[in-house]
Amino acid sequence: MEKFSYVNATSLKQVTSLLSDSGWGEIMMIAGGTDLLAELKEYIETPKTLINLKTLPGMDSISADASGLKIGALTTVAEIAMHPTIQHHYTVLAQAAASVATPQIRNVGTLGGNLCQRPRCWYYRDETVSCLKKGGDLCYAVEGLSKYHAIFGGDPVYIVHPSDIAPALIALNASIKIVGPEGEKTIKVEEFFTLPAANPFRENVLEPNEIVVEVHVPKPNPNTKSLYLKAREKGAPDFALASVAGVFEVMGRTCQAASIVLGGVAPAPWRSTDAETALTGKMINDSVSAKAGEEAVKNAQPLNDNEYKVTLTQNLISRAAMMAVSK
Amino acid sequence: MARKSHVQTTINGETVEFLCEPRQSLLEVLRDELHLTGAKEGCNNGNCGACSVILDGRLVNSCLVLGAEIDGKSVETIEGLAEPDKLHPIQDAFLENAALQCGICTPGFIMSAKALLDKNPNPTEHEVRYWLAGNLCRCTGYDKIVRAVLDAAAAT
Repeated sequence: MEKFSYVNATSLKQVTSLLSDSGWGEIMMIAGGTDLLAELKEYIETPKTLINLKTLPGMDSISADASGLKIGALTTVAEIAMHPTIQHHYTVLAQAAASVATPQIRNVGTLGGNLCQRPRCWYYRDETVSCLKKGGDLCYAVEGLSKYHAIFGGDPVYIVHPSDIAPALIALNASIKIVGPEGEKTIKVEEFFTLPAANPFRENVLEPNEIVVEVHVPKPNPNTKSLYLKAREKGAPDFALASVAGVFEVMGRTCQAASIVLGGVAPAPWRSTDAETALTGKMINDSVSAKAGEEAVKNAQPLNDNEYKVTLTQNLISRAAMMAVSK
Repeated sequence: MARKSHVQTTINGETVEFLCEPRQSLLEVLRDELHLTGAKEGCNNGNCGACSVILDGRLVNSCLVLGAEIDGKSVETIEGLAEPDKLHPIQDAFLENAALQCGICTPGFIMSAKALLDKNPNPTEHEVRYWLAGNLCRCTGYDKIVRAVLDAAAAT
């Protein structure tokens, strides 16, 4: 790891003013550090200064009321996974958080860091490879090894977004509060993430001098059933090969509304409007749920090594729909 | 320029002061500055759990925490578990069950087990497996490790 100087944050104003001169990479923020320190060790990032956000007051709590949840960006993934209200009323979010990495990493990894984590693509994480994401000419996954890469929305960079929490938040219609030098703004989490066609170098709309401070999640309707299904290569902790965050409003076996967002298959969390349409207003049974899976992947564009993700995604969606109407 | 950080912390109940570079991990500080070599460096990126310690009551990978970040905090390492004349019950259970082969992963597993049993003194086997999932044993002796943790829970 290169040398850097280390500054404890005292206020958001101080953080955004420190960041405002720097562009990307010179001055970076650290919260849990579970992603960033791995990047520093591999020389993917070589900042001159790290700002420690954990000293910012009042950004590490969860509050729940009748309108919904407010979760500070410094809240740990473990706290989200273990929160009784989230487990009960926002099940997809608790399940997604509980599926993240290991106990050790959930204990320090934060909500803000989980949403802003960088891709796990092996070309991106190799300091000797200058790929398109890092300013080079090519996305090597196209002709190279693509087992863990995107089947949707890749062109021209075929990374997948590694977050489990992001698909859950989008399925729950959550918003994200961002602070910059000019003040704060709130946007939908769905609009926070971007595809490589818009910007091949970043995964979200944050400017170099902006910081994620809070997430708001509206309370789901009482007849909501939500769940997170994550397929991993091994039983032990891992990133998703494919995952489904599903939020369903159900009456008996009828799906009145469905919000389905996929993880691990695209450079950003990927809403499947095709699956949502196939389920909405329908009595859910084997054939309807199977059809939703088929519809979801009809426009998939797998690379050389990841066609299995098409079948995997299709089956996860079908399973999620069946589980939504089971007891 | 990168200045050294002055850190005052509590390690295994004793007040400790040290200087470290901002880029030194807690694992490097423990092993290289404080000569507490119980926590092991395996992968150095959060996959293996061999460096697990307990920081303010929470299990962490010490390779993914900066030494400078433990100022004012409390760290428990494997060195703090046994009393001068008596092993910790988890250590006893690991011996009784032969829950180690090469031993590299053992300090991490024992700290993860302690973090679990501190919060949940009577875990099910499923809970033991879930909460120890951040530790890898390359000798693959998982079954005996799980049994040792269950025995330690039953013994206390």
